[in-house]
Amino acid sequence: MVDFWASYAWPTAKIVLYIIAIVVPLLLAIAYLTYAERKVIAAMQMRKGPNVVGPFGLLQPIADGLKLLLKETIIPAGANRVVFVLAPMITFILALVAWAVIPFGPGVVLADINVGILYLFAISSLGVYGIIMAGWASNSRYAFLGALRSAAQMVSYEVSIGFVIITVLLCVGSLNLSDIVLAQQNIWFAIPLLPMFVVFFISGLAETNRAPFDLPEAEAELVSGYNVEYSSMAFALFFLGEYANMILMSAMTSILFLGGWLPPVDVAPLNWIPGPVWFALKIAACLFVFLWVRATFPRYRYDQLMRLGWKVFLPLSLAWVIITAGVLVAMDWLPDTIAG
Amino acid sequence: MAEALIKNYTLNFGPQHPAAHGVLRMVMELDGEVVERIDPHIGLLHRGTEKLIEYKTYLQAVPYFDRLDYVSPMCQEHAFALATEKLLGITVPERGQYIRVLFSEITRILNHLLNVTTFALDVGAMTPLLWGFEQREILMEFYERVSGARLHAAYFRPGGVHQDMPAGLVDDIAAWAETFPKFIDELEVLLNENRIFKQRTVDVGVISAEDALDWGFSGPMLRASGVPWDLRKAQPYDVYDRMDFDIPLGKTGDCYDRYLIRLEEMRQSLRIINQCLRELPEGPVMTTDHKIAPPPRASMKRSMEALIHHFKLYTEGYHVPAGETYTAVEAPKGEFAVYLVADGTNRPYRCKIRAPGFPHLAAMDFLSKGHLLADSVAILGAMDIVFGEIDR
Repeated sequence: MVDFWASYAWPTAKIVLYIIAIVVPLLLAIAYLTYAERKVIAAMQMRKGPNVVGPFGLLQPIADGLKLLLKETIIPAGANRVVFVLAPMITFILALVAWAVIPFGPGVVLADINVGILYLFAISSLGVYGIIMAGWASNSRYAFLGALRSAAQMVSYEVSIGFVIITVLLCVGSLNLSDIVLAQQNIWFAIPLLPMFVVFFISGLAETNRAPFDLPEAEAELVSGYNVEYSSMAFALFFLGEYANMILMSAMTSILFLGGWLPPVDVAPLNWIPGPVWFALKIAACLFVFLWVRATFPRYRYDQLMRLGWKVFLPLSLAWVIITAGVLVAMDWLPDTIAG
Repeated sequence: MAEALIKNYTLNFGPQHPAAHGVLRMVMELDGEVVERIDPHIGLLHRGTEKLIEYKTYLQAVPYFDRLDYVSPMCQEHAFALATEKLLGITVPERGQYIRVLFSEITRILNHLLNVTTFALDVGAMTPLLWGFEQREILMEFYERVSGARLHAAYFRPGGVHQDMPAGLVDDIAAWAETFPKFIDELEVLLNENRIFKQRTVDVGVISAEDALDWGFSGPMLRASGVPWDLRKAQPYDVYDRMDFDIPLGKTGDCYDRYLIRLEEMRQSLRIINQCLRELPEGPVMTTDHKIAPPPRASMKRSMEALIHHFKLYTEGYHVPAGETYTAVEAPKGEFAVYLVADGTNRPYRCKIRAPGFPHLAAMDFLSKGHLLADSVAILGAMDIVFGEIDR
């Protein structure tokens, strides 16, 4: 009995606690990201944004969530019920699962696996299934067109994201996310790999279907794209999943290029602040740019988006992989793990 | 091997669609994302305006014109007022004419602000809309101060304008006209040189000058194709012949040109507004013929004749001598005209309304063919469609 407790029950309970400790703040962060989005964009558009529910409208996201929870779930008559219900779940679960490997601080990570970045890449690639299932199962033309666009878009931009990740990996010599952060102790990769940083961030916008790449839900053309037939909690799951992906993309950006939990410079007042705070600050900065872009730019057209992905980003990132590899070999700067 | 039958994708665009600009319904035939055919369906906002006007006195017909193109109400009242005045053979006092021109141009800015910014929204930029509405709000307040209503003004009436401008309005309009160019500059910073905006609009929905004329285009849609046709210059009405302004012209006739022309027209309207404010003469704002315009209230207390005039005017209305006229004004959207047939009674025999949006919408299929779905939204946005005037 003691053996069972020590070897099975306690570790399981511990992991469950860890998961709760990650997911609950994450869900809160998503809720307040929607609030931040509305406030930030409102400020840019010279209006007030939510300001009625609670002080400064701070309870607005809670009220919105509650409202969606209480609404009727409508399943269209022509829909494939199983797939229709499954799609938002997949989107949401995938958005949460990815957080398992994100290091919040030195050693503060649920699963410190050695293929962390590959895992992240795989999970974010799976995200397209939720969308395409939703579009197909809705049996609606707008939703279907939106889902097709989304699938094509995510697949295209994953290619360049893949090459950007390879560039970073060449400089680190490890696929472990904590190692990637630690490799940036001297200099953040955003500086030597600046073009890749930009490509990654823009591809991140496309990968999360955010403006100016929000074609799948282009309201002007497709009403709201793949999720047009969804209501109540099913819609809320899509919504949460989308925002969780935004935060995840920002987290990936800060881990790969902005030094994760590391302070900008390792000097006295800055390194007193704990790592997770730095990490959160960097994520918040990236998210602010996400919102800023949304308030500023018009939307790309489908063919222009494809052209940008395949004809600009793909050659650029491919070339940069070769250049980086060449420079590393020529200057004998290869990290020990590869050289040894 | 059996031949596979490939069917085009038919998409129902509207009538409840965020980019349909009201109650437009378009049946789109798509080959993938490429538009093969667009079939605009109209009539969902038909209210029988033309027929209703036949049963109203001339004065009672005025408010119907506000409700046609509800984004530019006063310009349409202007057309009806001019047509009736022509049949009656009266002229409007100078101050009335200046006020009309002033408010026609305010209306033009109102309209273009809405169109330019919703066009930006259609291609995905949402911030300009919110900025534009801030300015529209100010203009709506001018509307309200002069007529009592923000939208359905019923301010331009046959014989002049309903009442003089309240004290201080001239100064306030002048103060606003000082600040407005800065707003246009900001709008231009956000959109004009934006790569994505240009990619979405340049060379989209191109129409040549001949085709534009053949399709019956007018207003900014025609001028974007390079035809210098503006009724304010070609056949000036009221005091437009004294006004000093330029007509912006486009080169390629694409959506980007239409957008630029509307921006420049706002600047030109501002010139006209400033000139009107400078030159605004004193005097009556409505014809002093009390068979047509109501007498002053004070005189009704003393003069028997004035009281009779007032009573007759608001019960029977005035009789318009038999005749017919086609009177057109340069409304913000293009040539807005009234074909008015009078039979000598107090009601029009026929009132045909020429709405500029109608021929524009008719060319939707022509303009969008071969473009992508997203382009058809941009084309529709640049067309400046308001269904109130198309369905009438």
